[in-house]
Amino acid sequence: MIRKILRGVTVLGTAMFAATAAFAQDAATAAAPTVDKGDTAWMMTSTVLVLMMIVPGLALFYGGLARTKNMLSVMTQVGAVAALTMLVWVGWGYAEAFGDGGNAFIASFSKAFLNGVTPATTSATFTQGVAIPEYVFVCFQMTFAAITVALVLGSVVERMKFSAVMVFAVLWLTLAYFPIAHMVWAGNGLFFTKGALDFAGGTVVHINSGVAALVACLILGKRIGYGTEIMAPHSLTMTGIGTGLLWVGWFGFNAGSALEANGSAALAMINTFVGTAAAGLAWMLAERLAGHKPSALGFCSGIVAGLVAVTPAAGNSGPLGAIGLCFLTAFVCYFAVTKLKHMFGYDDALDTFGIHGVGGMCGAMGTGVVYSAALGGPAGDSWMGMGAQLLVQGETVLTTIAWTAVATAISIYVAKAITGLRVSSDVEREGLDLGEHGERAYNY
Amino acid sequence: MKFIIAIIKPFKVDEVREALGAIGVAGMTVTEVKGFGRQKGQTEIYRGAEYSTNMLPKVKLEIAASDALAAQVVETIQQAASTSSIGDGKIFVLDLASATRIRTGETGDTAL
Repeated sequence: MIRKILRGVTVLGTAMFAATAAFAQDAATAAAPTVDKGDTAWMMTSTVLVLMMIVPGLALFYGGLARTKNMLSVMTQVGAVAALTMLVWVGWGYAEAFGDGGNAFIASFSKAFLNGVTPATTSATFTQGVAIPEYVFVCFQMTFAAITVALVLGSVVERMKFSAVMVFAVLWLTLAYFPIAHMVWAGNGLFFTKGALDFAGGTVVHINSGVAALVACLILGKRIGYGTEIMAPHSLTMTGIGTGLLWVGWFGFNAGSALEANGSAALAMINTFVGTAAAGLAWMLAERLAGHKPSALGFCSGIVAGLVAVTPAAGNSGPLGAIGLCFLTAFVCYFAVTKLKHMFGYDDALDTFGIHGVGGMCGAMGTGVVYSAALGGPAGDSWMGMGAQLLVQGETVLTTIAWTAVATAISIYVAKAITGLRVSSDVEREGLDLGEHGERAYNY
Repeated sequence: MKFIIAIIKPFKVDEVREALGAIGVAGMTVTEVKGFGRQKGQTEIYRGAEYSTNMLPKVKLEIAASDALAAQVVETIQQAASTSSIGDGKIFVLDLASATRIRTGETGDTAL
Protein backbone atom coordinates (compact mmCIF):
# COMPACT_ATOMS: atom_id res chain seq x y z
CA MET A 1 0.00 0.00 0.00
CA ILE A 2 1.24 3.41 -0.82
CA ARG A 3 2.18 5.30 2.28
CA LYS A 4 0.59 8.69 2.25
CA ILE A 5 0.42 11.47 4.70
CA LEU A 6 -3.05 11.63 6.03
CA ARG A 7 -3.75 14.40 8.41
CA GLY A 8 -7.50 14.23 8.34
CA VAL A 9 -8.98 14.62 11.74
CA THR A 10 -11.67 12.52 13.25
CA VAL A 11 -13.66 12.91 16.37
CA LEU A 12 -14.03 10.09 18.83
CA GLY A 13 -16.79 7.75 17.83
CA THR A 14 -17.33 9.15 14.34
CA ALA A 15 -16.41 7.70 11.00
CA MET A 16 -12.74 7.77 10.10
CA PHE A 17 -11.62 8.67 6.63
CA ALA A 18 -8.57 7.11 5.08
CA ALA A 19 -7.12 7.68 1.63
CA THR A 20 -4.27 6.39 -0.43
CA ALA A 21 -2.88 7.49 -3.75
CA ALA A 22 -4.11 4.41 -5.51
CA PHE A 23 -7.50 4.09 -4.01
CA ALA A 24 -9.67 5.78 -1.51
CA GLN A 25 -11.74 3.91 0.91
CA ASP A 26 -14.23 4.96 3.45
CA ALA A 27 -13.97 2.77 6.44
CA ALA A 28 -16.65 3.34 8.94
CA THR A 29 -15.35 2.20 12.24
CA ALA A 30 -17.83 1.65 14.95
CA ALA A 31 -15.15 1.23 17.58
CA ALA A 32 -13.30 4.27 18.95
CA PRO A 33 -9.71 4.60 17.64
CA THR A 34 -6.98 3.57 20.04
CA VAL A 35 -4.78 6.27 21.49
CA ASP A 36 -1.36 4.77 22.12
CA LYS A 37 0.64 6.34 24.94
CA GLY A 38 3.93 5.69 23.14
CA ASP A 39 2.72 7.49 20.01
CA THR A 40 1.39 10.34 22.07
CA ALA A 41 4.62 10.75 24.02
CA TRP A 42 6.65 10.71 20.81
CA MET A 43 4.42 13.30 19.14
CA MET A 44 4.63 15.59 22.18
CA THR A 45 8.40 15.26 22.07
CA SER A 46 8.48 15.93 18.34
CA THR A 47 6.37 19.02 18.80
CA VAL A 48 8.74 20.64 21.26
CA LEU A 49 11.71 19.59 19.10
CA VAL A 50 10.22 21.67 16.28
CA LEU A 51 9.81 24.58 18.68
CA MET A 52 13.52 24.24 19.48
CA MET A 53 14.24 24.56 15.76
CA ILE A 54 12.69 28.04 15.87
CA VAL A 55 13.89 29.36 19.22
CA PRO A 56 16.74 29.25 19.57
CA GLY A 57 17.68 27.23 16.43
CA LEU A 58 16.56 29.40 13.53
CA ALA A 59 16.98 32.59 15.57
CA LEU A 60 20.67 31.83 16.12
CA PHE A 61 21.23 30.43 12.62
CA TYR A 62 19.79 33.57 11.01
CA GLY A 63 21.10 35.94 13.67
CA GLY A 64 24.68 34.81 13.21
CA LEU A 65 24.42 35.43 9.46
CA ALA A 66 23.28 39.02 9.98
CA ARG A 67 25.53 41.92 10.89
CA THR A 68 26.24 42.78 14.53
CA LYS A 69 23.93 45.79 14.44
CA ASN A 70 20.95 43.64 13.39
CA MET A 71 21.41 40.54 15.56
CA LEU A 72 18.61 41.32 18.00
CA SER A 73 16.17 42.40 15.31
CA VAL A 74 16.60 39.06 13.54
CA MET A 75 16.14 37.06 16.74
CA THR A 76 13.19 39.20 17.81
CA GLN A 77 11.45 38.94 14.45
CA VAL A 78 11.85 35.16 14.40
CA GLY A 79 10.59 34.75 17.96
CA ALA A 80 7.76 37.24 17.64
CA VAL A 81 6.27 35.85 14.42
CA ALA A 82 6.46 32.35 15.90
CA ALA A 83 4.54 33.53 18.96
CA LEU A 84 2.05 35.39 16.80
CA THR A 85 1.53 32.27 14.67
CA MET A 86 0.58 30.29 17.75
CA LEU A 87 -2.24 32.71 18.55
CA VAL A 88 -3.41 32.89 14.93
CA TRP A 89 -3.30 29.11 14.76
CA VAL A 90 -5.69 28.79 17.69
CA GLY A 91 -7.87 31.56 16.26
CA TRP A 92 -8.41 30.35 12.71
CA GLY A 93 -5.24 28.67 11.39
CA TYR A 94 -6.02 25.15 12.52
CA ALA A 95 -9.62 25.53 11.41
CA GLU A 96 -8.58 26.84 7.98
CA ALA A 97 -5.97 24.14 7.35
CA PHE A 98 -7.25 21.06 9.15
CA GLY A 99 -10.85 21.76 10.16
CA ASP A 100 -13.77 19.67 9.01
CA GLY A 101 -15.12 19.78 5.46
CA GLY A 102 -14.36 22.75 3.26
CA ASN A 103 -13.07 22.37 -0.28
CA ALA A 104 -9.81 21.46 -2.02
CA PHE A 105 -8.21 24.77 -0.96
CA ILE A 106 -9.30 25.45 2.61
CA ALA A 107 -11.28 23.70 5.31
CA SER A 108 -14.50 25.06 6.73
CA PHE A 109 -13.92 27.34 9.65
CA SER A 110 -16.11 25.27 11.96
CA LYS A 111 -13.16 24.65 14.30
CA ALA A 112 -12.28 28.33 14.64
CA PHE A 113 -10.97 29.11 18.14
CA LEU A 114 -10.59 25.34 18.50
CA ASN A 115 -14.32 24.94 18.70
CA GLY A 116 -15.14 21.35 19.58
CA VAL A 117 -11.58 20.30 20.32
CA THR A 118 -11.34 18.67 23.74
CA PRO A 119 -8.92 16.34 25.56
CA ALA A 120 -11.17 13.50 24.38
CA THR A 121 -11.10 14.28 20.64
CA THR A 122 -8.49 12.58 18.48
CA SER A 123 -6.69 12.92 15.15
CA ALA A 124 -6.18 10.01 12.80
CA THR A 125 -2.71 8.64 12.09
CA PHE A 126 -1.72 6.48 9.11
CA THR A 127 -2.71 3.31 10.84
CA GLN A 128 -6.38 2.65 10.77
CA GLY A 129 -7.83 2.61 14.24
CA VAL A 130 -4.82 4.34 15.81
CA ALA A 131 -5.11 7.98 16.78
CA ILE A 132 -3.37 10.68 18.79
CA PRO A 133 -5.05 13.29 20.98
CA GLU A 134 -6.23 16.16 18.79
CA TYR A 135 -4.54 18.75 21.00
CA VAL A 136 -1.20 17.10 20.26
CA PHE A 137 -1.88 17.25 16.53
CA VAL A 138 -2.97 20.89 16.86
CA CYS A 139 0.30 21.74 18.64
CA PHE A 140 2.48 19.73 16.25
CA GLN A 141 1.05 21.44 13.19
CA MET A 142 1.17 24.80 14.96
CA THR A 143 4.95 24.60 15.20
CA PHE A 144 5.17 23.91 11.45
CA ALA A 145 3.23 27.06 10.65
CA ALA A 146 5.38 29.02 13.08
CA ILE A 147 8.72 27.97 11.61
CA THR A 148 7.56 28.48 8.03
CA VAL A 149 6.65 32.13 8.43
CA ALA A 150 9.86 32.69 10.42
CA LEU A 151 11.86 31.17 7.55
CA VAL A 152 10.45 33.72 5.10
CA LEU A 153 12.01 36.54 7.11
CA GLY A 154 15.51 35.39 6.12
CA SER A 155 15.36 37.33 2.86
CA VAL A 156 14.03 40.61 4.29
CA VAL A 157 16.06 41.04 7.46
CA GLU A 158 18.19 44.12 8.15
CA ARG A 159 15.67 46.48 6.51
CA MET A 160 12.03 45.46 7.10
CA LYS A 161 10.13 47.17 9.92
CA PHE A 162 9.15 45.07 12.90
CA SER A 163 5.55 46.25 12.58
CA ALA A 164 5.55 45.31 8.89
CA VAL A 165 6.86 41.85 9.75
CA MET A 166 3.98 41.29 12.16
CA VAL A 167 1.29 42.46 9.73
CA PHE A 168 2.84 40.44 6.92
CA ALA A 169 2.95 37.31 9.08
CA VAL A 170 -0.79 37.32 9.85
CA LEU A 171 -1.73 37.92 6.22
CA TRP A 172 0.73 35.48 4.75
CA LEU A 173 -0.26 32.66 7.08
CA THR A 174 -3.90 33.19 6.19
CA LEU A 175 -3.43 33.57 2.44
CA ALA A 176 -0.51 31.22 1.79
CA TYR A 177 0.41 28.83 4.58
CA PHE A 178 -2.95 27.59 5.81
CA PRO A 179 -4.38 26.95 2.30
CA ILE A 180 -1.24 25.17 1.09
CA ALA A 181 -1.05 23.07 4.27
CA HIS A 182 -4.67 22.10 3.59
CA MET A 183 -4.00 21.31 -0.05
CA VAL A 184 -1.07 19.04 0.77
CA TRP A 185 -2.14 17.32 3.96
CA ALA A 186 -5.90 17.40 4.42
CA GLY A 187 -7.89 14.40 3.21
CA ASN A 188 -9.81 16.56 0.71
CA GLY A 189 -6.85 18.82 -0.20
CA LEU A 190 -6.03 19.53 -3.85
CA PHE A 191 -2.57 17.95 -3.92
CA PHE A 192 -3.42 15.19 -1.48
CA THR A 193 -6.21 13.84 -3.62
CA LYS A 194 -3.89 13.86 -6.66
CA GLY A 195 -1.44 11.67 -4.75
CA ALA A 196 1.38 14.18 -4.23
CA LEU A 197 4.18 12.91 -1.98
CA ASP A 198 5.29 15.28 0.75
CA PHE A 199 6.18 13.49 3.94
CA ALA A 200 7.06 16.35 6.28
CA GLY A 201 6.34 19.53 4.35
CA GLY A 202 8.87 20.15 1.58
CA THR A 203 6.14 21.92 -0.36
CA VAL A 204 4.23 23.45 2.51
CA VAL A 205 7.24 24.66 4.49
CA HIS A 206 10.20 25.01 2.16
CA ILE A 207 8.98 25.83 -1.35
CA ASN A 208 6.32 27.97 0.25
CA SER A 209 8.71 29.96 2.46
CA GLY A 210 11.48 30.07 -0.15
CA VAL A 211 9.34 31.49 -2.94
CA ALA A 212 7.67 33.90 -0.52
CA ALA A 213 11.12 35.05 0.57
CA LEU A 214 12.12 35.75 -3.04
CA VAL A 215 8.96 37.70 -3.83
CA ALA A 216 9.18 39.63 -0.56
CA CYS A 217 12.81 40.67 -1.06
CA LEU A 218 12.12 41.72 -4.66
CA ILE A 219 9.31 44.02 -3.55
CA LEU A 220 11.25 45.31 -0.54
CA GLY A 221 14.43 46.04 -2.48
CA LYS A 222 18.08 45.62 -1.64
CA ARG A 223 19.78 46.63 1.56
CA ILE A 224 21.69 49.91 1.43
CA GLY A 225 25.24 49.10 0.39
CA TYR A 226 24.42 45.65 -0.99
CA GLY A 227 27.20 44.61 -3.32
CA THR A 228 29.52 47.43 -2.27
CA GLU A 229 29.83 47.19 1.51
CA ILE A 230 31.05 44.21 3.49
CA MET A 231 28.06 42.24 4.73
CA ALA A 232 29.88 39.28 6.19
CA PRO A 233 28.10 37.17 8.82
CA HIS A 234 28.82 38.61 12.26
CA SER A 235 29.08 35.28 14.07
CA LEU A 236 29.42 31.96 12.30
CA THR A 237 29.74 30.48 15.78
CA MET A 238 26.09 31.38 16.42
CA THR A 239 25.17 30.09 12.97
CA GLY A 240 26.94 26.83 13.77
CA ILE A 241 25.04 26.45 17.04
CA GLY A 242 21.80 27.23 15.23
CA THR A 243 22.61 24.63 12.57
CA GLY A 244 23.08 21.97 15.23
CA LEU A 245 19.81 22.86 16.92
CA LEU A 246 18.04 22.77 13.56
CA TRP A 247 19.41 19.35 12.74
CA VAL A 248 18.48 17.86 16.10
CA GLY A 249 15.05 19.52 16.04
CA TRP A 250 14.45 18.28 12.51
CA PHE A 251 14.04 14.74 13.84
CA GLY A 252 10.86 15.97 15.46
CA PHE A 253 9.90 17.61 12.20
CA ASN A 254 10.56 14.60 9.95
CA ALA A 255 10.22 11.53 12.13
CA GLY A 256 7.34 13.21 13.95
CA SER A 257 5.52 13.53 10.64
CA ALA A 258 4.92 9.78 10.77
CA LEU A 259 2.45 10.71 13.55
CA GLU A 260 3.32 7.44 15.28
CA ALA A 261 6.41 5.95 16.92
CA ASN A 262 6.86 3.19 14.35
CA GLY A 263 8.91 1.94 11.41
CA SER A 264 7.94 4.86 9.20
CA ALA A 265 9.26 7.26 11.83
CA ALA A 266 12.42 5.18 12.01
CA LEU A 267 12.87 5.44 8.23
CA ALA A 268 12.42 9.19 8.43
CA MET A 269 14.95 9.26 11.24
CA ILE A 270 17.77 7.48 9.44
CA ASN A 271 17.16 9.55 6.31
CA THR A 272 17.37 12.73 8.37
CA PHE A 273 20.76 11.54 9.59
CA VAL A 274 22.41 10.29 6.43
CA GLY A 275 20.85 12.52 3.78
CA THR A 276 21.81 15.57 5.81
CA ALA A 277 25.33 14.28 6.37
CA ALA A 278 25.80 13.76 2.63
CA ALA A 279 24.63 17.29 1.86
CA GLY A 280 26.92 18.91 4.44
CA LEU A 281 29.94 17.24 2.87
CA ALA A 282 28.68 17.81 -0.68
CA TRP A 283 28.50 21.59 -0.18
CA MET A 284 32.13 21.66 0.99
CA LEU A 285 33.06 19.49 -1.97
CA ALA A 286 31.34 21.97 -4.28
CA GLU A 287 33.43 24.73 -2.71
CA ARG A 288 36.61 22.77 -3.34
CA LEU A 289 35.62 22.07 -6.94
CA ALA A 290 34.99 25.81 -7.40
CA GLY A 291 38.54 26.48 -6.21
CA HIS A 292 37.74 27.68 -2.70
CA LYS A 293 38.41 26.40 0.80
CA PRO A 294 35.86 24.08 2.43
CA SER A 295 34.16 26.51 4.80
CA ALA A 296 32.27 26.39 8.08
CA LEU A 297 29.41 28.34 6.54
CA GLY A 298 29.49 25.94 3.59
CA PHE A 299 29.09 23.00 5.96
CA CYS A 300 26.18 24.70 7.76
CA SER A 301 24.55 25.65 4.45
CA GLY A 302 24.90 22.09 3.17
CA ILE A 303 23.38 20.68 6.35
CA VAL A 304 20.32 22.91 6.01
CA ALA A 305 20.02 22.22 2.26
CA GLY A 306 20.11 18.50 3.04
CA LEU A 307 17.48 18.85 5.75
CA VAL A 308 15.28 20.74 3.31
CA ALA A 309 15.70 18.14 0.57
CA VAL A 310 15.07 15.18 2.86
CA THR A 311 11.89 16.71 4.30
CA PRO A 312 9.45 15.51 1.60
CA ALA A 313 11.44 12.31 1.15
CA ALA A 314 11.95 11.42 4.82
CA GLY A 315 9.48 8.54 4.98
CA ASN A 316 9.26 8.21 1.19
CA SER A 317 12.81 7.06 0.44
CA GLY A 318 15.35 4.45 1.39
CA PRO A 319 18.55 5.68 3.07
CA LEU A 320 20.60 5.40 -0.13
CA GLY A 321 17.98 7.30 -2.09
CA ALA A 322 18.04 10.03 0.55
CA ILE A 323 21.83 10.24 0.41
CA GLY A 324 21.77 10.62 -3.37
CA LEU A 325 18.95 13.16 -3.32
CA CYS A 326 20.55 15.33 -0.63
CA PHE A 327 24.01 15.10 -2.17
CA LEU A 328 22.74 16.43 -5.52
CA THR A 329 20.53 19.04 -3.88
CA ALA A 330 23.52 20.52 -2.06
CA PHE A 331 25.23 21.13 -5.42
CA VAL A 332 22.12 22.77 -6.89
CA CYS A 333 21.68 24.97 -3.83
CA TYR A 334 25.36 25.88 -3.90
CA PHE A 335 24.89 27.10 -7.45
CA ALA A 336 21.69 28.98 -6.55
CA VAL A 337 23.30 30.76 -3.61
CA THR A 338 26.74 31.56 -4.99
CA LYS A 339 25.96 32.11 -8.67
CA LEU A 340 22.27 32.52 -9.47
CA LYS A 341 21.70 35.17 -6.80
CA HIS A 342 24.59 37.28 -8.04
CA MET A 343 23.57 36.82 -11.68
CA PHE A 344 20.12 38.28 -11.01
CA GLY A 345 21.23 40.63 -8.27
CA TYR A 346 18.31 40.17 -5.84
CA ASP A 347 19.12 40.65 -2.19
CA ASP A 348 17.92 37.44 -0.55
CA ALA A 349 19.88 38.40 2.55
CA LEU A 350 20.21 35.03 4.27
CA ASP A 351 19.51 32.86 1.19
CA THR A 352 16.06 31.61 2.13
CA PHE A 353 15.13 31.21 -1.54
CA GLY A 354 18.48 29.71 -2.55
CA ILE A 355 18.34 27.03 0.13
CA HIS A 356 14.69 26.52 1.12
CA GLY A 357 13.05 27.40 -2.18
CA VAL A 358 15.50 25.71 -4.54
CA GLY A 359 16.26 22.87 -2.11
CA GLY A 360 12.54 22.35 -1.56
CA MET A 361 11.93 22.05 -5.30
CA CYS A 362 14.78 19.55 -5.66
CA GLY A 363 13.38 17.59 -2.73
CA ALA A 364 9.82 17.59 -4.08
CA MET A 365 10.85 16.37 -7.52
CA GLY A 366 13.49 13.99 -6.19
CA THR A 367 10.97 12.38 -3.86
CA GLY A 368 9.06 11.25 -6.95
CA VAL A 369 12.21 9.39 -7.99
CA VAL A 370 13.60 7.95 -4.76
CA TYR A 371 10.13 6.71 -3.78
CA SER A 372 10.61 3.93 -6.31
CA ALA A 373 11.14 0.49 -4.84
CA ALA A 374 13.87 -0.07 -7.44
CA LEU A 375 15.86 2.67 -5.70
CA GLY A 376 15.14 1.34 -2.22
CA GLY A 377 12.06 3.45 -1.64
CA PRO A 378 8.86 2.25 0.03
CA ALA A 379 6.62 2.31 -3.10
CA GLY A 380 4.26 -0.62 -3.34
CA ASP A 381 2.83 -2.45 -6.33
CA SER A 382 -0.07 -0.06 -6.59
CA TRP A 383 2.22 2.96 -7.13
CA MET A 384 1.28 5.17 -10.09
CA GLY A 385 4.88 4.92 -11.37
CA MET A 386 7.72 7.38 -11.57
CA GLY A 387 6.57 9.27 -14.64
CA ALA A 388 3.07 9.83 -13.34
CA GLN A 389 4.38 10.67 -9.88
CA LEU A 390 6.81 13.25 -11.27
CA LEU A 391 3.95 14.90 -13.16
CA VAL A 392 1.96 15.15 -9.94
CA GLN A 393 5.01 16.46 -8.06
CA GLY A 394 5.71 19.03 -10.77
CA GLU A 395 2.11 20.17 -10.83
CA THR A 396 2.19 20.54 -7.04
CA VAL A 397 5.42 22.52 -7.13
CA LEU A 398 4.22 24.91 -9.86
CA THR A 399 0.85 25.44 -8.22
CA THR A 400 2.53 26.16 -4.89
CA ILE A 401 4.94 28.63 -6.50
CA ALA A 402 2.13 30.51 -8.22
CA TRP A 403 -0.15 30.48 -5.20
CA THR A 404 2.46 31.65 -2.70
CA ALA A 405 3.90 34.29 -5.06
CA VAL A 406 0.50 35.96 -5.41
CA ALA A 407 -0.34 35.57 -1.70
CA THR A 408 3.04 37.02 -0.71
CA ALA A 409 2.71 40.01 -3.02
CA ILE A 410 -0.72 40.81 -1.58
CA SER A 411 0.56 40.40 2.00
CA ILE A 412 3.62 42.58 1.47
CA TYR A 413 1.72 45.38 -0.29
CA VAL A 414 -0.95 45.45 2.42
CA ALA A 415 1.79 45.52 5.08
CA LYS A 416 3.37 48.38 3.16
CA ALA A 417 0.14 50.35 3.07
CA ILE A 418 -0.32 49.94 6.82
CA THR A 419 3.24 50.25 8.14
CA GLY A 420 5.44 51.70 5.40
CA LEU A 421 7.27 48.35 5.17
CA ARG A 422 10.86 49.55 5.27
CA VAL A 423 12.84 51.32 7.99
CA SER A 424 14.31 54.75 7.25
CA SER A 425 17.78 54.84 5.73
CA ASP A 426 19.13 56.28 8.99
CA VAL A 427 17.77 53.35 10.98
CA GLU A 428 19.04 50.90 8.38
CA ARG A 429 22.55 52.36 8.59
CA GLU A 430 22.56 52.49 12.36
CA GLY A 431 21.11 49.01 12.62
CA LEU A 432 17.64 47.73 13.44
CA ASP A 433 18.66 46.70 16.96
CA LEU A 434 18.88 50.31 18.07
CA GLY A 435 16.42 51.77 15.60
CA GLU A 436 13.59 49.27 16.03
CA HIS A 437 14.18 47.79 19.48
CA GLY A 438 16.32 50.28 21.41
CA GLU A 439 18.97 47.72 22.35
CA ARG A 440 22.36 46.45 21.32
CA ALA A 441 23.17 42.74 21.07
CA TYR A 442 26.62 43.14 22.53
CA ASN A 443 27.76 45.65 25.14
CA TYR A 444 31.43 45.48 25.81
CA MET B 1 61.05 63.71 26.23
CA LYS B 2 60.00 61.55 23.33
CA PHE B 3 56.66 59.97 22.46
CA ILE B 4 57.20 56.62 20.78
CA ILE B 5 54.48 54.99 18.70
CA ALA B 6 55.11 51.43 17.56
CA ILE B 7 52.86 49.35 15.31
CA ILE B 8 53.70 45.68 15.76
CA LYS B 9 52.35 42.20 15.12
CA PRO B 10 49.79 41.21 17.77
CA PHE B 11 51.57 38.05 18.86
CA LYS B 12 54.74 40.06 19.62
CA VAL B 13 53.15 42.17 22.35
CA ASP B 14 54.26 40.10 25.33
CA GLU B 15 57.83 39.75 24.09
CA VAL B 16 58.13 43.50 23.53
CA ARG B 17 56.61 44.27 26.90
CA GLU B 18 59.08 42.00 28.70
CA ALA B 19 62.05 43.43 26.83
CA LEU B 20 60.95 47.01 27.59
CA GLY B 21 60.38 46.13 31.25
CA ALA B 22 63.98 44.89 31.42
CA ILE B 23 65.39 48.27 30.32
CA GLY B 24 63.24 50.20 32.78
CA VAL B 25 60.17 51.29 30.82
CA ALA B 26 57.53 51.75 33.53
CA GLY B 27 54.35 51.89 31.45
CA MET B 28 52.77 51.91 28.05
CA THR B 29 49.38 52.10 26.35
CA VAL B 30 48.33 49.25 24.07
CA THR B 31 45.58 49.47 21.45
CA GLU B 32 44.30 46.89 18.96
CA VAL B 33 44.31 48.56 15.56
CA LYS B 34 43.90 47.73 11.88
CA GLY B 35 45.91 49.05 9.01
CA PHE B 36 47.87 48.23 5.92
CA GLY B 37 51.37 48.58 4.62
CA ARG B 38 53.32 46.39 2.27
CA GLN B 39 51.89 43.17 3.66
CA LYS B 40 49.14 41.64 1.53
CA GLY B 41 45.56 41.57 2.90
CA GLN B 42 43.19 38.63 3.16
CA THR B 43 40.24 37.44 1.09
CA GLU B 44 37.15 36.20 2.85
CA ILE B 45 34.32 34.41 1.04
CA TYR B 46 30.83 33.80 2.41
CA ARG B 47 28.41 31.88 0.16
CA GLY B 48 30.07 33.25 -2.95
CA ALA B 49 30.34 36.86 -1.74
CA GLU B 50 34.02 37.74 -1.75
CA TYR B 51 35.39 40.43 0.50
CA SER B 52 39.03 41.51 0.21
CA THR B 53 40.28 43.08 3.38
CA ASN B 54 43.39 45.23 3.02
CA MET B 55 43.32 46.03 6.70
CA LEU B 56 45.22 43.66 8.91
CA PRO B 57 45.05 43.51 12.69
CA LYS B 58 48.04 45.08 14.45
CA VAL B 59 48.81 46.36 17.92
CA LYS B 60 49.78 49.97 18.58
CA LEU B 61 52.09 50.71 21.53
CA GLU B 62 52.41 54.23 22.90
CA ILE B 63 55.31 54.96 25.21
CA ALA B 64 56.54 58.21 26.69
CA ALA B 65 60.29 58.08 27.44
CA SER B 66 62.98 60.44 28.69
CA ASP B 67 65.43 61.68 26.06
CA ALA B 68 68.11 59.47 27.62
CA LEU B 69 66.06 56.29 27.30
CA ALA B 70 64.30 56.95 23.96
CA ALA B 71 66.93 55.53 21.62
CA GLN B 72 67.24 52.37 23.71
CA VAL B 73 63.45 51.92 23.70
CA VAL B 74 63.33 52.14 19.91
CA GLU B 75 66.17 49.65 19.55
CA THR B 76 64.57 47.23 22.04
CA ILE B 77 61.20 47.32 20.29
CA GLN B 78 62.85 46.87 16.92
CA GLN B 79 64.71 43.76 18.09
CA ALA B 80 61.90 42.20 20.12
CA ALA B 81 59.18 42.76 17.52
CA SER B 82 61.14 41.62 14.49
CA THR B 83 60.40 38.40 12.65
CA SER B 84 62.39 39.56 9.60
CA SER B 85 59.32 39.37 7.38
CA ILE B 86 57.04 42.02 5.91
CA GLY B 87 54.26 43.18 8.20
CA ASP B 88 56.49 43.49 11.26
CA GLY B 89 55.43 47.11 11.62
CA LYS B 90 56.93 50.55 12.18
CA ILE B 91 58.24 52.72 15.02
CA PHE B 92 57.63 56.47 15.07
CA VAL B 93 59.28 58.94 17.45
CA LEU B 94 57.78 62.35 18.21
CA ASP B 95 58.96 65.18 20.43
CA LEU B 96 56.87 65.34 23.58
CA ALA B 97 56.09 68.83 24.90
CA SER B 98 55.05 67.90 28.41
CA ALA B 99 53.90 65.13 30.71
CA THR B 100 51.84 65.42 33.90
CA ARG B 101 51.09 62.76 36.48
CA ILE B 102 47.42 63.24 37.35
CA ARG B 103 47.65 61.94 40.95
CA THR B 104 50.48 64.25 42.12
CA GLY B 105 50.69 67.00 39.55
CA GLU B 106 54.39 66.20 38.88
CA THR B 107 55.58 67.21 35.44
CA GLY B 108 58.46 66.37 33.06
CA ASP B 109 60.67 63.25 33.37
CA THR B 110 59.51 62.58 36.93
CA ALA B 111 55.95 62.12 35.68
CA LEU B 112 56.96 59.28 33.34
